[in-house]
Amino acid sequence: MLDDFLVRAFLAGIGVALVAGPLGCFIVWRRMAYFGDTMAHAGLLGIALAFLLDIDATFAVLVVSLAIALVLLALQRQRAIPSDTLLGILSHSALSIGLVTVAFMAWLRIDLMAYLFGDILAVGRFDLAVIWGGGLLVLAVLAYVWRPLLAATVDENLARAEGVPVAAYKFVLMLLVATVIAIAMKIVGILLITSLLVIPAAAARRFAATPESMAVLAAIIGVLAVIGGLGLSMEADTPSGPSVVVAALVLFLASLLPFGRLRRNV
Amino acid sequence: MLVETHNLGVHRSGRWLIEHVDLTVSRGEIVTLIGPNGGGKTTLVKTVLGLEAPDAGSLHRAPGLRIGYVPQKFHLDWTMPLTVSRLMTLTVRASRAEVLVALEETGVGHLMQAAVQTLSGGEMQRVLLARALLRDPGLLVLDEPVQGVDFTGEIALYELISGIRRTHGCGILLVSHDLHVVMREADRVICLNRHICCSGVPQTVASSPEYRKLFGPRAAQAVSVYQHHHDHAHALDGSCPGDHDHGHDHHTPSGAVDSHGEHETERGDA
Repeated sequence: MLDDFLVRAFLAGIGVALVAGPLGCFIVWRRMAYFGDTMAHAGLLGIALAFLLDIDATFAVLVVSLAIALVLLALQRQRAIPSDTLLGILSHSALSIGLVTVAFMAWLRIDLMAYLFGDILAVGRFDLAVIWGGGLLVLAVLAYVWRPLLAATVDENLARAEGVPVAAYKFVLMLLVATVIAIAMKIVGILLITSLLVIPAAAARRFAATPESMAVLAAIIGVLAVIGGLGLSMEADTPSGPSVVVAALVLFLASLLPFGRLRRNV
Repeated sequence: MLVETHNLGVHRSGRWLIEHVDLTVSRGEIVTLIGPNGGGKTTLVKTVLGLEAPDAGSLHRAPGLRIGYVPQKFHLDWTMPLTVSRLMTLTVRASRAEVLVALEETGVGHLMQAAVQTLSGGEMQRVLLARALLRDPGLLVLDEPVQGVDFTGEIALYELISGIRRTHGCGILLVSHDLHVVMREADRVICLNRHICCSGVPQTVASSPEYRKLFGPRAAQAVSVYQHHHDHAHALDGSCPGDHDHGHDHHTPSGAVDSHGEHETERGDA
């Protein structure tokens, strides 16, 4: 069954969506969408380094994304440059450095489009193992840190005063986001990863009364977006990554429709 | 003794936010911190909580001291779906019954399943107070607990806080800009303007020259008026409905009322 590239594509996409949904909720709650985008853009530099040093691309993306997240956290401590300006600088700089580095390696013939926008149909058995193995690991860690991370997200000072080691949990969250970026790269590409984190979570908000139900709903909406997007991609021969994002957008827009007085006050 | 600081100082961005602060809070005692905006009240509270590291002096907390904290600002984004009961148990595990008992103690048991974003200012303060009580604290730290609460609500809230001191026996460190109401329940008042400019029982502080210099003579007058007449409620303009024949001058306590709605900005908040 796994010999069929279509089956592998669907399994890979579903695997990523199941992790991206719950983790994406934290991105939305903590207003980290642009932060996540910057981490993802840094991933291209990771790809370039992977080719340069001949190391595993997934691992390189994870390390570089995490590194830029830590640099960002350090830079945000100073007050001279506002946070969004800082993100704007680092996000596009990271992407550009990656592109320039790749261009310098003239001997390389890599399909840049596949890294920028994803090439889900080229997912192999090993990729599938990385996605599901990494994904399950991220979900397990997320479940383990869920309560304190939620407390730190609701109010950081309150959580700290009540004995939650907030900085440690923030670091764990960065690590999880970097991991998801690394394993999701093949599916939607570096430029579109944040949308897979943010759109399902945003679509789930209106129908959720608790943080947990929002996480589960976001995972389900993500899976539906992957199935719809890949279906579209096959039917109409559109690029797979953008097709998944378009499907997610359609689901988000549908979530805005007035479904009676459903959860009006929640 | 629950908390004791000696010669405490916090230095940020090239200046001392607070310095030479000696503060003790004992079990069953209400210590009220007053002072002008930017005078370092929130900085001192955050240092006591361990949110800010002191740069001078010493800070001792009783071993195993549990602190219940009601922050100055609490805002929950709409994107986070959270009910009151869930907010209550973010960092403590408690049964439904225990949560309900805490909420009922502050008079908001009916809000248990409400979404946090739908609460009014006064309801929010009562929920946060209940949340702090659920931790069974040895020390309650309340940073401007009457924000967003109307005048009669303020008095009710302070009476509630005073009741908590009696029933739970915990020490309370209270920050307030609101002189005339708060002083009635305080055992000790500390006036902080970067350093402690005066402290003692409410009457002592109200009559001290440093205090008068900071808040004006009429603020002190307001306190003494309130001391004499704590058996009736003041209306919003400072007059006393249905009670006109006593000899006191009921000026609106300018120092107190003028500072309504002003919030000390948070400092050194990473």
